[in-house]
Amino acid sequence: MAKQRVKFTFPTGLIKEPVIWKLGREFELVTNIRRADVTEDRGWVVLELDGDISEIERGVRWVQEQGVRVDPVPGDIVEG
Amino acid sequence: MSFAKSLKCRECGRVYPLEPVHVCEFCFGPLEVSYDYDALARTLTRERIERGPPTIWRYADLLPADPDAAVDIGTGMTPLLRAANLGRLLGLRRLYIKNDCLNPTWSFKDRVVAVASSVARQFEFDTLACASTGNLANSVSAHAAKAGMKAIVFIPADLEQGKIIGSAVYGPTLVSVEGSYDEVNRLCSELSDKYPWAFVNINVRPYYAEGSKTLAYEVCEQLGWRAPDHCIVPLASGSLFTKIYKGIKELAWLGLVDWRHTRMTGAQAEGCSPIVEAWERSSFDIRPQKPNTIAKSLAIGNPADGYHALRVLEQTQGHGVAVSDDEVVEGIKLLAETEGVFAETAGGVVVAALRRLAHEGRLDPDDVIVAFITGAGLKTQEAVVNQLPPPLTVRPTMASFEEALEERTGALPASRRG
Repeated sequence: MAKQRVKFTFPTGLIKEPVIWKLGREFELVTNIRRADVTEDRGWVVLELDGDISEIERGVRWVQEQGVRVDPVPGDIVEG
Repeated sequence: MSFAKSLKCRECGRVYPLEPVHVCEFCFGPLEVSYDYDALARTLTRERIERGPPTIWRYADLLPADPDAAVDIGTGMTPLLRAANLGRLLGLRRLYIKNDCLNPTWSFKDRVVAVASSVARQFEFDTLACASTGNLANSVSAHAAKAGMKAIVFIPADLEQGKIIGSAVYGPTLVSVEGSYDEVNRLCSELSDKYPWAFVNINVRPYYAEGSKTLAYEVCEQLGWRAPDHCIVPLASGSLFTKIYKGIKELAWLGLVDWRHTRMTGAQAEGCSPIVEAWERSSFDIRPQKPNTIAKSLAIGNPADGYHALRVLEQTQGHGVAVSDDEVVEGIKLLAETEGVFAETAGGVVVAALRRLAHEGRLDPDDVIVAFITGAGLKTQEAVVNQLPPPLTVRPTMASFEEALEERTGALPASRRG
């Protein structure tokens, strides 16, 4: 089992979609939201994914395919 | 000595001991170094700083690393130039250029990596690592060499040759990742969980970021212990911008400079300007972007400190400015032709933003304005190579030279013989 901390950033069109609920149902993953900021047209959620590493990878790929941006928790780390 | 006392979560305020951690276990917020400011106020004086070495380590009291164990390659105390020529052109009477091209690996990254590598060694890491598009890779490789540490540096496969050599010469394990910058980031984030390496901008990031404050300390000291009225700073993750402001505030809290309500202006390239875009919407909500600009050292689509940079912009009534790639090139040439400083693309962004603000009358001509030039132009020659006239090619004769010169300039200069 593994844990991964990720940040999901939702575009306007997906704000009303229960993406995190679906992620937990369609993949063998436990989702644990730690911090979030969601407005009517935009939102981000910082959460921990708990599960088998291959399942986490599959789940993250699916979330990206839905149109959600997925980043590591510290944000972009490339600088210069 | 260092007066750092703990790490504190910037989101929920939880306090942690000074250890190699970067994220709050509770809310996953970023951690920041806290200092014992009461003890600092009793100890730190201008004279104490002035007696220190001519490097960033003269400010060791305000950094989270033990100066006696510092990894020192001579970083800091770079020139603060009175930019009279550029100032005249832009109608600014007291314009200064902080020329951080003159650090050991030719960018301001030496400041942050000096602190990160010193802390990493104190925490007994034997390997220094990073993901980078150039400047950071160069600095990590150099500091690891000096510290006697191993270096493992991850770069995207399409990086320019000059930047690869600027790292490879120091002997790191250089890993060229076949993927985008985003993919290099993600790989490094996963690796930092698995391997006991000090990724300077991941697991020792709270310490690393503090190194940027030394830019503010130096500028204030070089201005004769005076805070600037206005700073123009490039924005990438937003970390440099917020730390320069933190540095000025710290000096004011400690009574080393007067508080002048310094205005902080941030500059980005249009092809990657998520912070300026949010500022223009009067929002604190960053919309991540896919970078597409020649200013690669600023090309961070989802800036980790974007929110905090927006807070500083608002608090100080600064400006957010995004400039086109053409303006970036013009900015590089303008700085070179007026002040003799060859900056990389991030410097072009700053000068272009400065020029835009001056032309729009948004700068006070009598303010002490400092433009931060954070990296040297030799690293990004590709940006200007097609914009410069080729050299005059002549045969080794007077006639050939004069013919070519006249063709280029339209006339020959007056000769000695009249």
